[in-house]
Amino acid sequence: MTAYRLSAGGLVDRTNRMDFKFDGRTMSGLSGDTLASALLANDQLLVGRSFKYHRPRGIVTAGPSEPNALVTIGQGSRSDPNTKATVAELYAGLDARSQNRWPSLKHDVGALNNLLSPFLSAGFYYKTFMWPAAFWEKVYEPIIRRAAGLGRAVLERDPETYEKVWAHCDLLVVGAGPTGLMAARTAGRAGLRVILADEDFRPGGSLLSETVEIDGMPAPAFAETLLAELRSLPNVTIMPRTTVFGWYDDNVFGAVERVQKHVAQPQAKLPVERLWRIVAKRALLATGAEERPLVFGGNDRPGVMMASAVSTYANRFGVASGKSVAIFTNGGTGYRTAADLAAQGIEIAVIIDSRADADDVAPTGTRVIRSGSVTDTKGKHRVSGIVVERSGFEDTIACDAVAMSGGWNPVIHLACQRGAKAVWSPELNSFLAPDVGNGLAVAGAAAGIYSLAACLSDGAGKAAAIIADLGFSAVSDVLPSVSGEIDPSFTALWYAPGAKAKAFVDFQNDVHVKDLGLALREGFGHVEHAKRYTTNGMATDQGKLSGINATGLLAAMQGISPADVGTTTFRPFYTPVAFGALAGTSRDEHAAPVRKSPLYNWAQKNGAVFVDSGLWYRPAWFARDGERTWRQSTDREVLNVRQNVGICDVSTLGKIEIFGRDAAEFLNRLYCNAFLKLPVGKARYGLMLREDGMVYDDGTTSRLSSEHFFMTTTTALAGGVMSHMEYCAQVLWPDLKVRFCSSTDQWAQMAIAGPKARHVVQALVEDDVSDAAFPFLAAQAVTLKGGLKGRLFRISFSGELAYELAVPAWFGEAVADAAMEEGRAHGICAYGLEALNVLRLEKGHVTHAEFDGRVTPDDAGFGRMVSAQKSDFIGKRLSTRYGLTAADRMQMVGLKPVEADKTFRAGAHLLREGAKPSTLNDQGYVSSAGFSPTLGHDIALAFLKSGRERYGERVVVWDKLGGTETVAEVCHPVFVDPGNAKLNS
Amino acid sequence: MRYSAFSIVKNALTGNVNWKPAWRQPEPKPFYDIIIVGGGGHGLATAYYLAKEFGLKNIAVLEKGYLGSGNVGRNTTIVRSNYMLPGNEPFYEFSMKLWEGMEQDLNYNAMLSQRGIINLYHNDGQRDAYIRRGNAMWMEGVPAELLDRAALKKMLPFLNFDHARFPIMGGLLQKRGGTARHDAVAWGYARAADRLGVYLLQNCEVTGIRRENGVVTGVETSRGFIGCSKLGLAAAGNTSRVGQMADLKLPIESHVLQAFVTEGLKPAIDHVITYGAGHFYISQSDKGGLVFGAEIDGYNSYAQRGNLATVEHVMEEGVTMIPGLSRVRVLRSWGGVMDMSMDGSPIISHTPIDNLYLNCGWCYGGFKATPASGWCFAHLIAKNESHPVARFLRLDRFERGYPIDEHGAGPQPNLH
Amino acid sequence: MASLISCPHCGTRPKEEFSIRGDASVLRPDPEASDEAWNDYVHIRANPRGRYREHWQHVAGCRRWLVVERDTMTHEVYSVTDGAVAAREAAR
Repeated sequence: MTAYRLSAGGLVDRTNRMDFKFDGRTMSGLSGDTLASALLANDQLLVGRSFKYHRPRGIVTAGPSEPNALVTIGQGSRSDPNTKATVAELYAGLDARSQNRWPSLKHDVGALNNLLSPFLSAGFYYKTFMWPAAFWEKVYEPIIRRAAGLGRAVLERDPETYEKVWAHCDLLVVGAGPTGLMAARTAGRAGLRVILADEDFRPGGSLLSETVEIDGMPAPAFAETLLAELRSLPNVTIMPRTTVFGWYDDNVFGAVERVQKHVAQPQAKLPVERLWRIVAKRALLATGAEERPLVFGGNDRPGVMMASAVSTYANRFGVASGKSVAIFTNGGTGYRTAADLAAQGIEIAVIIDSRADADDVAPTGTRVIRSGSVTDTKGKHRVSGIVVERSGFEDTIACDAVAMSGGWNPVIHLACQRGAKAVWSPELNSFLAPDVGNGLAVAGAAAGIYSLAACLSDGAGKAAAIIADLGFSAVSDVLPSVSGEIDPSFTALWYAPGAKAKAFVDFQNDVHVKDLGLALREGFGHVEHAKRYTTNGMATDQGKLSGINATGLLAAMQGISPADVGTTTFRPFYTPVAFGALAGTSRDEHAAPVRKSPLYNWAQKNGAVFVDSGLWYRPAWFARDGERTWRQSTDREVLNVRQNVGICDVSTLGKIEIFGRDAAEFLNRLYCNAFLKLPVGKARYGLMLREDGMVYDDGTTSRLSSEHFFMTTTTALAGGVMSHMEYCAQVLWPDLKVRFCSSTDQWAQMAIAGPKARHVVQALVEDDVSDAAFPFLAAQAVTLKGGLKGRLFRISFSGELAYELAVPAWFGEAVADAAMEEGRAHGICAYGLEALNVLRLEKGHVTHAEFDGRVTPDDAGFGRMVSAQKSDFIGKRLSTRYGLTAADRMQMVGLKPVEADKTFRAGAHLLREGAKPSTLNDQGYVSSAGFSPTLGHDIALAFLKSGRERYGERVVVWDKLGGTETVAEVCHPVFVDPGNAKLNS
Repeated sequence: MRYSAFSIVKNALTGNVNWKPAWRQPEPKPFYDIIIVGGGGHGLATAYYLAKEFGLKNIAVLEKGYLGSGNVGRNTTIVRSNYMLPGNEPFYEFSMKLWEGMEQDLNYNAMLSQRGIINLYHNDGQRDAYIRRGNAMWMEGVPAELLDRAALKKMLPFLNFDHARFPIMGGLLQKRGGTARHDAVAWGYARAADRLGVYLLQNCEVTGIRRENGVVTGVETSRGFIGCSKLGLAAAGNTSRVGQMADLKLPIESHVLQAFVTEGLKPAIDHVITYGAGHFYISQSDKGGLVFGAEIDGYNSYAQRGNLATVEHVMEEGVTMIPGLSRVRVLRSWGGVMDMSMDGSPIISHTPIDNLYLNCGWCYGGFKATPASGWCFAHLIAKNESHPVARFLRLDRFERGYPIDEHGAGPQPNLH
Repeated sequence: MASLISCPHCGTRPKEEFSIRGDASVLRPDPEASDEAWNDYVHIRANPRGRYREHWQHVAGCRRWLVVERDTMTHEVYSVTDGAVAAREAAR
């Protein structure tokens, strides 16, 4: 056994030794140890360095509130910085490293800060580093930043997986200590669906560290009995290693389960952590109480620990925190620790009791100093003695550990997360949970009930009340009997008088009493100001140890009650939670779903290069042999469409089937242009506005029968338009007889465009598609050769003679293949988004690059389309506002470079020739630009102030970001076939 | 007490017991020439500039809680002037310039750190929008750079270049963007305003606005009636509630925005980075915590706390942008109440009541605006006319049809 | 409210299945109503702290628009009504 491992006792498996590493040194622990207990057993008391002064620090607690013993566990992409050694379950091969020290934990250069501490008082940085002005960014801040932080994040890809799960229960019990176990048993026996969650790897809470007897058996055995019964109940789920970190609306609790954080090699089939969202009809907070540190001079020396932690290490882990332990207490807990130590044969150097009288009984032969105060500690990396003062007399007493007990703080974090403030109890000298209603009850030590017997009873009692409240019947229960308990009551002691060294309040952030005093002196006495000014409570433990002491100290300094000071705000997370656990599986390629068009395979086999477009992957271009750049492919595709014929997948457009007697009326109100009289068999371009008069979306809508319309939307707004229509139909005009559903995924749709398009289409469908029989804007059901039913639309985004052919999705690939086959003789090519974009740009057609949410129909040249006749449509009234009709609005124009070889790109701004660049002189911007292979030079669509009056004017296309300025001529936005001859051919 | 190298040394050597309060804790007077409602960053800055730049005396700031208890103390501390629209960009650049001189001006170190802000783009459309924005910045004389993927890879090698659902193509960089220590901004303005004689009245909640003959004569407060000649509202998320006391009709909704901080880490992220395939943004504080946030929760709320689904969504975006965040632990989340306007842009404006002035609509971007907001609001109150860079931020721009809609999302606050 | 919503058609479902549009107390004015009425409808919000009616859509469920009546401070939900039903009631 190691130096500090007791020869017997504890809930560790002495037959199962585990080797682990700390700062490269191999050590040995036992199954059942935490990293902290194993380090203590190996006489490794010095574990970390504090944040600001780099003071040597040891283990203070045996639980989740640990401020000092933070280490990095694991290597490379599997390293977890800032892991609390006190909750890290030991496993064979665990590799831990200390943090915030250089070059080593024992010899840390940063400790020089300690010497400078008079200059580094609270808030010092706000008062300094300002001279000379330029030095802050160049000199001071880089230094401060280098000193920042504790552990190091590697920022490499995490090889582990995470997952999320919902759970539902009648009662969630948070904490499997005495109170929680009894509550779960009572509720479980009554048949409630119970979830019992505990952050520890071993349920039992304080029972695991207790020496009392319950129902005639040792406390841990009693816990095991309760757990055995709970495990036998099918309606009870015990969740160890599960921290409930947050209480959210509707009584939903967030919890994180550490599934494989305690194994050296996680199995790939399991997540390492699992996020639970627990929907609880009722919840019971049985989170116990946190022991309050004492604030005395030198209280941060390694070896100064919480008394309850000293007991836990002895009783649960079989580890002595020291060989001669001094105890400093203001209540019964110190005596309990004394008894525990005595029982283990560990020497008690002295008990310093701040109280003048107390009934507590010290172990026989123990020196007790009443009305005493510890004013300083001796030693370097482990305490070697304490300086004690009583009635003006000073004494130095040798010891190698100090157990301190300042009383108890109920753990009420979750109950205070939703805005309710903690309530000060002068009787208990503690803050208690506020009344937060039915959803969450608080029991046991968390409710300020500190005796074990009372906790057992309270757990059962509160559960019984919940059982009744939920309409279940309770099963009669006999409460366990407890013997050998020590009264843990205490007298508040916020500050041990006479400190001869810094008395720390927040260990990790190095906030000591004088810092709080300074904050108060400078006007930062409000508890939130004091926190923010001194950083008290802002460390990784979020003030679990320091918060209430700061409140008590601020109150004492002002001579007011802690009730008048209050606490800082409790917020999630109760203890820190990894990004990964909260993100679950939604990351990387799985961050969002992938949508593939029914023509995806067709595109792929034709050489498509895909680009993501919202959730879709769409063909950007179809590379052919010998083509080295996207431009080569795109130019070829564009020219081929203009000269022969091309085929393009447009399946991703939103498609909505609209039915009903009032379908036409509905569309008439939805679009700003008229739809009431759209003839059957015709398509019409429609422009949808927002209620503020700006363009929302556009598309074509066809009337397939008198009460059946088929709408297409842009790809980007397919979902948004659907919701908008549902809103209009359900909320604005619920009396219209109209129904609709999305058919985006049901149809494969392809545009077949180009002078030879008709040959291809006619080869595919039975119906006559000649211009006479199927003119521009014709839209109707057709029969494909072989009998397949489809739909054909004579619409054109490219400006060419064009059809859009829609067939049921699962026939899409076959039909597209057939189109390629039939088109081969006509020189057909597949074309992608890039070519589509160039084609529409040449034709002056708009996309959401133009309709960016700030554009009116008139801005884009659609002013005359907006119906003046209709009494109402979405957007009608506000589109007449002054600012939306002002003459100096930016209007859509075309641009062409004055020198044909000059280029420009979208996002460039426009200036008058000779004008100085300034916001005031800004004339507009380029919304879309590209090379037109048809014209042989760049073209652009742009928005220019009063642009339609300025055709022929020269403007500077100003792209400072790209370092270019190009002179362009303003022109009509339709560059190709302005007379629509091709369209109508 | 002026802070100087000398004062630091002197106080250090005398046990730091001689520092004076940063501001007084005065009793309210019965009357002030100007009352500002709201002791957050904007209100305090307004009071400071009223006194310093416009030479006014007899000013009070009324704060219902403690100074800086609102959004100035619960944001992600980002400072930038990378806006696109002419209604916004000059204003935010004016703010940026004030940031750059703030510490010397206030004799208080607000730790402005111009480490650069990078907005990532993931597709051609976004790139084009950033080019438009970058050029709009340059029009105002604000340097901007467009980074391509290779440049970005060199600068931010930890981004998800290989496995992103939405590939990272590049970014728009404003080198002068960065962060500042949020609380210190409030405290610096408070201290400087106090030194110029401004009354900072904490725990002084306005419960009513008294009007006679159509003008404001004073405010009812939890500390009694206080008269004034001019009243300025800078109440952020509580704007609607205070405005209602004067029957103002406001284009404002109050929404929750969550923000987060991780455990302290050694320096790992040197810039402010924003994700383009979502709203995620992150930077690292001088203390080492990664400070981050993303979209608003989406519903009206005054609760100052958020929901778990949004928390998870934020983390999903974070891990997708920077895979190495996965094992970093998030320490704390908090929620602020945002005064979301109908176009996503702020309001510094006259109101239908002659001597009542309005400062609101900061959405989730008020922190960076603090100095300019204070200056321009002070200008409006002192001179009764808008500052040139704030002249578009009028309350009546909605009915007149001049929205300033950076996102083009229309009059629905939760989309901005 | 912000974790679960009880859809009158689908039962209690996670909040992520819903989208939120905003204030349901404003009613679309008559086409002939004043400019002020229209501006108020589109732009002006009471934004109360307390009881509030809000439009949510169950986008990942029945796709019905709902009126969620709730408290903006406590997030307590008082009622969830189908949007069409609420609209017809409001029209009466």
